[in-house]
Amino acid sequence: MEHVADPIVVQARRERSTTFIVAFLGMTALLAFAPFVLYPVFLMQVLCFALFACAFNLLIGYVGLVSFGHALYFGWAAYVSAYAAKGWGLQPELAILIGTAAAAALGVIAGWVAIRRQGIYFAMITLALAQMMYFVALRAKFTGGEDGIQDVPRGRLFGYFDLSHEMTMYAFVVIVFLAAFLFIYRIINSPFGEVLKAIRENEQRAISLGYKTEHYKLVAFVLSAALAGLAGAVKALVFQLASLTDVHWTMSGDVVLMTLLGGLGTVFGPVVGALGVVTMQNYLAPFGQWVLVMQGVIFVVCVLAFRRGIVGELAAALRIRL
Amino acid sequence: MFEIFGIPSQALFGQLLLGLINGSFYALLSLGLAVIFGMLNIINFTHGAQYMMGAFTAYLMLQYLGLNYWVALVVAPLVIGALGIVIERLFLQHVRKLDHLYGLILTFGLALIIEGLFRNYYGSSGQPYQIPDALLGGRNLGFMFLPNYRAWVIVFSLAVCLATWFAIERTRLGSYLRAATENPTMVRAFGINVPRMVMLTYGFGVALAALAGVMAAPIYNVSPQMGSDLIIVVFAVVVIGGMGSIMGAIVTGFVLGIVEGLTKVFFPEASSTVIFVIMVIVLLVRPAGLFGRSA
Repeated sequence: MEHVADPIVVQARRERSTTFIVAFLGMTALLAFAPFVLYPVFLMQVLCFALFACAFNLLIGYVGLVSFGHALYFGWAAYVSAYAAKGWGLQPELAILIGTAAAAALGVIAGWVAIRRQGIYFAMITLALAQMMYFVALRAKFTGGEDGIQDVPRGRLFGYFDLSHEMTMYAFVVIVFLAAFLFIYRIINSPFGEVLKAIRENEQRAISLGYKTEHYKLVAFVLSAALAGLAGAVKALVFQLASLTDVHWTMSGDVVLMTLLGGLGTVFGPVVGALGVVTMQNYLAPFGQWVLVMQGVIFVVCVLAFRRGIVGELAAALRIRL
Repeated sequence: MFEIFGIPSQALFGQLLLGLINGSFYALLSLGLAVIFGMLNIINFTHGAQYMMGAFTAYLMLQYLGLNYWVALVVAPLVIGALGIVIERLFLQHVRKLDHLYGLILTFGLALIIEGLFRNYYGSSGQPYQIPDALLGGRNLGFMFLPNYRAWVIVFSLAVCLATWFAIERTRLGSYLRAATENPTMVRAFGINVPRMVMLTYGFGVALAALAGVMAAPIYNVSPQMGSDLIIVVFAVVVIGGMGSIMGAIVTGFVLGIVEGLTKVFFPEASSTVIFVIMVIVLLVRPAGLFGRSA
């Protein structure tokens, strides 16, 4: 079958990529300017969670799979890379690579089990698997139990750049984040991404068109797990710490909140959501358990009245796609 | 005193008993989840928080009103059930027609609010709750010592579970309920007030959770986070059993409690993960769950 480009579709696609390029350059400029105004550690925290949320959004926003246990990949990658950097004394880029690979491997196993069920069961299964691995992390020797792995050395990137220098570390985190962000954008807009969206819209239809949807779902799941792992591995180096907090179900809840607040299925939404949630957690920290209450309230408000999220509403108001 | 597989009978049966008690909580909670899911199409993440509120209601009633366990056993489920009905009217009825995802996230948010509020006022440490006088002590069965309160919990929850099964599967009201689960529009056309039935079903499911909470109060400490860890295990129980069958939820709950208890004796390291491992095995062998209908 010969493919004839529809001029209207081509036009729409061109406009969409122009909006993306403008927004992406704007975000990059902000990131270059931000460390002169805000604490670099705070910004790095936001970027790690933004990447985590983007990885999560790849599943929930573009395949329609609700994983309620994404802390599993984030937290275990943090443990593995922290151990690689501290226990084995590996260079940071290798430690991060190993952590990410571990998350991808866990993603293969968990995804293979979980995609046997759909919808609500999928969410419950992913949550249960994450809780199982939380208990494993609690018991295992190498994770340090309640103490976690502390004082992880940041080391020298490629044996040359000293990451204990705050601005060097920041530059590294920004580069990793932007590269992963572009990678996700590329996935979403590839033919593979189009099939994922078709599965989200109507899985039965996609099956009837001859797509092996389970394979597509598994690949998307593993990609999402690996990217969540990348975020966790980088986070372990930034804070020089991997702990039980990273694998706990509250972390899985946090990433759902960030994505929902920013806008499900929008490219920039998870970034905005992560910024919002991390800022709130930092400012509300002195008020103890009110953080939990506040997060709960945001969940309820988002579901009842604000399902498109911040970026989704913005895009709808401006009639563009973000 | 004798030994089985090198384990003293006292320890073995003691853990078995604790397993049965956990099993009865799993059964009560997964039963509530299944009933709610059937009518509302929502996985009630707030279930754990409602179980916790049941235990707290009993604790507060004793502390401030001097009302004992037996009063709490009746009043707490009614109060928390009524609160559930308010939640259904205020929030849940608006998301029934949306994707399942939103119901899950909404109830998750509500659970965070409730747990956060309780942690604010009562901290993270547990509050003790006395076993009622009438059930103090226990009896020696020869091979083990059976505390009266634990025997009561098992017998009473089994009775509640079976009564629920009977009400849903064998009565006229239950047949309306099952019909409305299959085809709400048709049942409405017959002149039955389905929205009211949905509301009451949610209240009933929540009341079951609160009842489990009251029964758990004297066994575990009453603490704000007692429900959140439990609910995830109950989710695994629900995945194993499948939500299609009431009896399935009850049997799965009790059996998994026993399995968990036995694991504590023979392989303690795995006791917190065994239910999840079973879930994985069941998913590989019978993806629809032991009692589930394939989707």
